[in-house]
Amino acid sequence: MSAMFRVRSLSKLFPVERSFVDLLLAGSRRSFVHAVDEVSFDIHEGEVLGLAGESGSGKSTTGRLILRLVEPSSGSIEYRGRDLKNIPRREMERLRARLQIVFQDPNSSLSPRMSVGQAIGHPLAVHRLGDARERRERVLELMEKIGLTPASFLYRKYPHQLSGGQCQRVVLARALITNPEFIVADEPIAMADVSVRALILELMLRLKEEFRLTYLFITHDLATAKYLCSRVAIMYLGRIVELAERRELFSRPHHPYTKALLAAVPIPDPAQRRQHEVVRGEIPSAIHPPPGCHFHPRCPYAMPRCREGRPPLRELAPGHFSACLLD
Amino acid sequence: MDSPVSAEPILQIQNLSIAYPIAIGTVRAVEQVSLELGDAEALGLVGESGCGKSTLGLSILRLVRPPGRITGGRILYHGRDLLAMPEREIRALRGKNITMAFQNPLTSLNPLYRIDRQFLETIRQHEPAVTRPQALQRAEKVLESLGVEPQRLYEYPHQLSGGMRQRVMLALGLVMNPDILVADEPTTALDVIVEAGFIDLLNSLRRDWRLSILLITHNLGLVAEIADRIAVMYAGRLVEVGAAEQVFHRPLHPYTQGLIHCVPNIRVDQERLATMGGSPPDLVEPPSGCRFHPRCPQVMEICPRREPPLASPLIPSPIESAAEAAPQGGEAGRQVACWLYGARP
Repeated sequence: MSAMFRVRSLSKLFPVERSFVDLLLAGSRRSFVHAVDEVSFDIHEGEVLGLAGESGSGKSTTGRLILRLVEPSSGSIEYRGRDLKNIPRREMERLRARLQIVFQDPNSSLSPRMSVGQAIGHPLAVHRLGDARERRERVLELMEKIGLTPASFLYRKYPHQLSGGQCQRVVLARALITNPEFIVADEPIAMADVSVRALILELMLRLKEEFRLTYLFITHDLATAKYLCSRVAIMYLGRIVELAERRELFSRPHHPYTKALLAAVPIPDPAQRRQHEVVRGEIPSAIHPPPGCHFHPRCPYAMPRCREGRPPLRELAPGHFSACLLD
Repeated sequence: MDSPVSAEPILQIQNLSIAYPIAIGTVRAVEQVSLELGDAEALGLVGESGCGKSTLGLSILRLVRPPGRITGGRILYHGRDLLAMPEREIRALRGKNITMAFQNPLTSLNPLYRIDRQFLETIRQHEPAVTRPQALQRAEKVLESLGVEPQRLYEYPHQLSGGMRQRVMLALGLVMNPDILVADEPTTALDVIVEAGFIDLLNSLRRDWRLSILLITHNLGLVAEIADRIAVMYAGRLVEVGAAEQVFHRPLHPYTQGLIHCVPNIRVDQERLATMGGSPPDLVEPPSGCRFHPRCPQVMEICPRREPPLASPLIPSPIESAAEAAPQGGEAGRQVACWLYGARP
């Protein structure tokens, strides 16, 4: 499998907003949130790469960086062998038709004043693809494929007239209308109801085959990641702490943080109820992250040298990477 | 914990109906729901958004906001009808005997007051004679038993982390030593590791404080970790009630079956998830007969015509093999509202 994206040492620092009083007290020192801290990974053609972690782990920022919706502070993103930095604006705009994103909340990513047909056809208008009649036909055809039926009836409806599941389909259809090859799906089912979630996941898998898509699937829900992804990267405070093929990661997790996350996932089966081995505390501030391995203050296996220097992401088995001094 | 139905229910909801009048008609959010909460029991009330579960939770303390209105039924607490009580008496019960925990602790804590002041207010509301040191001592004790350092009392809500806020909010609800906790999606705002800690906390509270918990959630994983019994709501009606293991392992109602089989389980390698067609109905004009019939894969001729009563199943589930049939007495307290199980029209 060839790499569609090669991400190397990618970082994003966001400056922290300061009040006038802070300026007086702290002088000219600026502080930054290390949202993404030197992450490197590949996205293979045709795979579903999962980015999983708790809130504030940098997974959503990573997704946006790859599409250049946020400009990186440093590092490189290669798309099919070309550095995205060097692609001129004009060409980047054209490229966006091939690289799409689906956000968490369908309600806030759909304009309440645009009908379903307008919303789905909008990217075609933006990229000046086809005339009005062709666009309409393409939209209707895609609506059929994605289960927004009866298509000609729903075409004129507005988001508030649709169910949650239908809204999420509209968002998916809008991402697919330009015939992309890559989609960043940022928690696409987090706001959906239980029965709708399964439908959307199944639909995403079907569309992946039909449209030969590659996904970057961002989620905090490891059970969903296990169901959908080919490989999964676990993020903690802006860094990837473990990355492996799905089965490998869930059956042989290495990093203590991955283990803690897996142990914490509630199991929908009362027969498997257990006392949790709870890791203490919560994810620390990304403005002043702990030195060394960011996880050491919460880690049950922490050693003195965990405080010194960042543990490298090393390959333990083919394709299985972990950033822990214990490995 | 052994018997799915406790001998003496602490709370009895009988034929409860709640409606919200809106411009185009009336939303019947809860219709004819009867449910019991046993002493020191954890009952999970599950369903999807809009099924009426949160409205039902609010009605217990008569907190349904107008124009929502309780249109019928009784809620008995120690034999007294909460719905018929004068306002003054129900106010005395709120927070003292029955308490609520909500999804977002930031909307339940006052951002302008330090935590100590919020405890003082709560305690003095019920016991005006308590001195400040006495009240703070009580607050510290509760916080400590919930795993929060007592010095947090002197901080503001914004200084606490998400998990800490959730614990402080719970501590505020528990400082008067209530016997019922109504928790509505208490972990939705929490990350998974913090959520796991919160689950352990709720389970230990039940043991140590003999607390009865009504857990309202759409999260089946959470329910499976806490509840002794489960009640499933669909479109304002109760469709199934039973011991947690029964409901998860042998769901009877086709809606419950669909719900349980469409959730990914991290311990199982799943090739495909079951999916449910359609979406929950409009509660202004709900479908006739069984409200699930337009989405039901096992729909029969009678389903759109007559509404099935919530009753003990008379015949085993058609999808269940003889080997899996329930052991003697294992289905005690099991109820389902579905024509598949031999209820007489």
